[in-house]
Amino acid sequence: MTIVDIVKERILVLDGAMGTMIQRHDLQEADFRNDRLKDHHISLKGNNDLLSITRPDIIKEIHEAYFEAGADIVETNTFSSTSIAQGDYGLQDWIYELNYQSAQIAREVADRFTVLDPDKPRFVAGSIGPTNTTASLSPDVNDPGYRAVTFDQLRIAFKQQIEALLDGGVDLLLLETIIDTLNAKAALFAVEEVRFERKINTPVMVSGTITDASGRTLSGQTTEAFLISISHCDLFSVGLNCAFGAEMMRPYLQVLADKTDFLVSAHPNAGLPNEFGQYDETPEEMVLQIEAYLKNNLVNIVGGCCGTTPAHIKAIAQIAKNFKPRRIVYAQ
Amino acid sequence: MLSGLEPLIITSETNFVNIGERTNVTGSIRFAGLIKDEKYDEALEVALDQVRGGAQILDVNMDDGMLDGKAAMIKFLHLIGSEPEIARIPIMVDSSKWEIIEAGLKCIQGKGVVNSISLKEGPESFLNQARKIKQYGAATVVMAFDEFGQADTYERRILICERAYWLLVNEVKFPPQDIIFDPNIFPVATGIPEHNNYALDFFQATKWIKENLPGAKVSGGVSNVSFSFRGNNIVREAMHSSFLFHAIQHGMDMGIVNAGLIEVYDLIPKDLLKYVEDVLLNRREDATERLVEFAGTVTGAGKEKIVDNEWRKGTVEERLAHALIKGVVDFVEVDTEEARLKYDKPLHVIEQPLMAGMNTVGDLFGSGKMFLPQVVKSARVMKKAVAYLLPYLEAEKSEKNSSKGKILMATVKGDVHDIGKNIVGVVLGCNNYDIIDLGVMVPAHKIIEEAIAQKVDIIGLSGLITPSLDEMVTVAEEMERKAMKIPLLIGGATTSRIHTSVKIAPKYSGPTIHVLDASKSVAVASKLLGEDTDNFSAAIRAEYEDLASSHHSKQEEKTLVSLRAARANAFKIDWTTYQPPVPSFLGTKYFENYPLAEIREYIDWTPFFSTWMLKGKYPQIFDNHIIGKEAKSLFNDANELLDQIIADNSLQANAVIGFYKANAVLDDIEIDHEEIKRIHFLRQQGKKGSGIPNISLADFIAPKSTGLSDYIGGFATTAGVGIETLLAGFEADHDDYNCIMIKSIADRLAEAFAELMHLKVRKEYWGYETTESLTNADLIKEKYLGIRPAPGYPACPDHTEKNALFRLLDAEKNTGIYLTESFAMYPASSVSGFYFSHPQSKYFGLGKIGEDQLDDYVNRKNMSKEEAERWLAPVLGYK
Repeated sequence: MTIVDIVKERILVLDGAMGTMIQRHDLQEADFRNDRLKDHHISLKGNNDLLSITRPDIIKEIHEAYFEAGADIVETNTFSSTSIAQGDYGLQDWIYELNYQSAQIAREVADRFTVLDPDKPRFVAGSIGPTNTTASLSPDVNDPGYRAVTFDQLRIAFKQQIEALLDGGVDLLLLETIIDTLNAKAALFAVEEVRFERKINTPVMVSGTITDASGRTLSGQTTEAFLISISHCDLFSVGLNCAFGAEMMRPYLQVLADKTDFLVSAHPNAGLPNEFGQYDETPEEMVLQIEAYLKNNLVNIVGGCCGTTPAHIKAIAQIAKNFKPRRIVYAQ
Repeated sequence: MLSGLEPLIITSETNFVNIGERTNVTGSIRFAGLIKDEKYDEALEVALDQVRGGAQILDVNMDDGMLDGKAAMIKFLHLIGSEPEIARIPIMVDSSKWEIIEAGLKCIQGKGVVNSISLKEGPESFLNQARKIKQYGAATVVMAFDEFGQADTYERRILICERAYWLLVNEVKFPPQDIIFDPNIFPVATGIPEHNNYALDFFQATKWIKENLPGAKVSGGVSNVSFSFRGNNIVREAMHSSFLFHAIQHGMDMGIVNAGLIEVYDLIPKDLLKYVEDVLLNRREDATERLVEFAGTVTGAGKEKIVDNEWRKGTVEERLAHALIKGVVDFVEVDTEEARLKYDKPLHVIEQPLMAGMNTVGDLFGSGKMFLPQVVKSARVMKKAVAYLLPYLEAEKSEKNSSKGKILMATVKGDVHDIGKNIVGVVLGCNNYDIIDLGVMVPAHKIIEEAIAQKVDIIGLSGLITPSLDEMVTVAEEMERKAMKIPLLIGGATTSRIHTSVKIAPKYSGPTIHVLDASKSVAVASKLLGEDTDNFSAAIRAEYEDLASSHHSKQEEKTLVSLRAARANAFKIDWTTYQPPVPSFLGTKYFENYPLAEIREYIDWTPFFSTWMLKGKYPQIFDNHIIGKEAKSLFNDANELLDQIIADNSLQANAVIGFYKANAVLDDIEIDHEEIKRIHFLRQQGKKGSGIPNISLADFIAPKSTGLSDYIGGFATTAGVGIETLLAGFEADHDDYNCIMIKSIADRLAEAFAELMHLKVRKEYWGYETTESLTNADLIKEKYLGIRPAPGYPACPDHTEKNALFRLLDAEKNTGIYLTESFAMYPASSVSGFYFSHPQSKYFGLGKIGEDQLDDYVNRKNMSKEEAERWLAPVLGYK
């Protein structure tokens, strides 16, 4: 069965945070280096995507933990693996390897779990972050017309990432934490180019981020405007992730659920960050909110973002079993 | 469905969508002039007027031979992107050049509209462009134009539109609802008879499209129709209004109009309307002549545009607040100047009306009533106001004299936010500090290199986003690595005193201080660079350490690990290379009536002052200008009384110490003693970070399994024997002052005696530190090896273990100290505890324990669970 068939039957569970799990290891600079990077001129500590190359054991273990917890889909460790985001670390020439290796690690773990339990096939979503730049906002308050990045730079960077992820064997692509819709549109443009050139139709998930109490993306769009702006592409799902905990995300998820005939996904944070930028919401607390999503027929795919752990995903997977996936009632 | 920052949903129920036409260089001479002169601010005003006038889509056209149309399109759309009030609505990218259209599509985050493509060059390029448009996620206007030219009849119009529609739908799978036909609005009343039916043909073609091409929309450039009446706005507006009235009835969905200047159909004078409609509907042969003739009799400017400047009538504070909240830069310099004249100092303008306005912006943002692009506009206004004031601030500064110090400021790596930092810089600058501003996204090494190179006195770090918190920790670590000593100030929206105290201050041994906002920065800087800097820094450090430790204990309460896991994470001592020191005797040794004159030398006076509610460290407390005098007189009184006590021998100091063979078994200490076989300790159970152990005092004694002979000591000291007689004397005199004084002195003596005995134990009786030579200050700071924790205190909070200690020492019999039923010592001026000699032994707080440990403890101790829970209630981490 393909994921397109399975998602009609049941709610799919996405994995939880990668960064939170990596932090538990208290890694040092040496963990981010290997023979080829030993003389690299920039500090690499904190470049978590690089661990797929320097400490694949850790990444593999995290994927395993999420699959064990009951996730159907894990995300590759590639949130920042574009030439733009890696530019900060001087690793823009490592893009293919970063994405390919990350995809391979997740692929191998997913296949192993599928063999163990063929009734619950496991999938790999290639994680595509927003990059650390915005095409719609000027980083310079004094020069509102300035842009640090162009659509074409983004399109090229995303295309490079997408191609390597596909070569590495991902089942889906997941554009997540979209803070600027123009960045996402550049990524979707790249998706279309690759689909056309390779004559494939890899499912694509799109997940935006509502960043503040006004209910808008960082670049200022309302949820519905965001939805309209990305609906030209043939998507597997549209959803929200990060920024808020599950409770605060709910009204915006409702907007998506009411207005789209794509599948709807949600992977919220474990609550709001505290003064230390850490997340406190326990699995028990979070799953109550997720249950409210399920009862209200809001989602088809559900998982966790910052601060969530295998314990959160386990709780979510258990509750998700008891519900039917959201039916698409909306027709244009 | 289209979108800017907000959605625009066009349905059959939507009456009519206005597309603002004034931002078009081909249609507006004024706008063309502004773009050519690069007056983009004014050009944006034109766009804003359209939005405020009711435009729901904004048409932008830069097709002019004198312009670099592509560059102008990009620039203008970028600027619109930073104006949320304009960017709210979808953009129509209008050009006859595909290159400009594509450049425009790359600048808009919403779903916009292309205006336009057509079959003019044949189907191939038409379809290629449509494919691209779909990929960019836009709708498109399709002009009724083909290889043979522009459609000017009803038949040609529907022929071309039908062909284009099916090509798009079948070949490109273009969503039909995203196809908007422009069946060409041409001028009427031109004097050429062939043009007379243009309007009517348009209406009928519109109707046909809406009936035959499902989903498709119809639009058009309305102003074209009245082209013959240029200069006569009244007639033109009547024509537009009437044209729209009929076109909408025929199904027109949207039109390019001068939004805000559309006359209401019902308000058109009836005679004028009749002449106009005769033309539009081609009702009479002579309709044109009649309208031209009538037009000569109506003149006037047409509809006036109304500007809402009501807010300009408020006070200067209100105007500044309005400008900040709405992001209006137009009047900010005028208003700032007015405020500057009104306030005593230019700095007060920043500190008062401007900061007040920014605080409102912050509140609105926090409550979801503003969103980021709007806040960015507010920031721009703020910056402009501050920039205006800068020369005045500089002038004022130079009137004063020398610099008070050099402060380096930077927004840390990964963060671009600098408004707060800039304000702090300005405020400090005005107070005669030299500011070196390294700007935004500054990596740690650069901050440190510059700080060293420029010999700055203080480093100030700023950041707004959560990841900046970690980056600040990195900077602190680097500063420590470079052995820097200068103060580190932390500020910015996500920073907090608690984060600074828990995460940053522990990484850096220099002063590390969180500064809430600009207004606090001057006080902090002046204290740090003033004479009392050491006291100030020490006080802050002490405060932060308290905060951090209470935070840690709270954290630990939240998450306890199992006792098993805690034991697995015990404090690790390498016993293989360690030989425990052997005490000079085993059993007990008593000291009766020990010389008070000797004990007196070991008094730590700081707690004495705090008993008297005077806060400060001895001896610096005497220099304090508020309480120094008081402290000194108290100190003198205490010493006089002490002299007398020593002379009279009216207080007696007794002590007992003892040493016993001991080995650890899990968290207990097995003791070689005929009565007391075991002492019981508890173990920290809070979840620790990696590399941090869960400690028990038992970890400091060699485990039985090592085969080593280790030892534990015990002691009890008192300096309160005989105090009742002294107190009775003072009470008889109603001398409360001396009652308290004698108690506080006896307390200090008991503590000093414990300190003295511990010293003797280390150097002589246990004798493991024969070379130790510490000053009294060092002793107070506990710089020696080994510890003397007391039952009932943080490392071993169970008071009932005092019982075992007292029986080991046979203390009651030999010192005169006895335990009350609640295990308090009497006389109150007494101290007791255990001695640990291992050099790695240290004080710690137990924190909370779990029920599993309590169960284990009562089992070991043979005590009922209820009793144990009663004694240990403050440390129980379960309900």
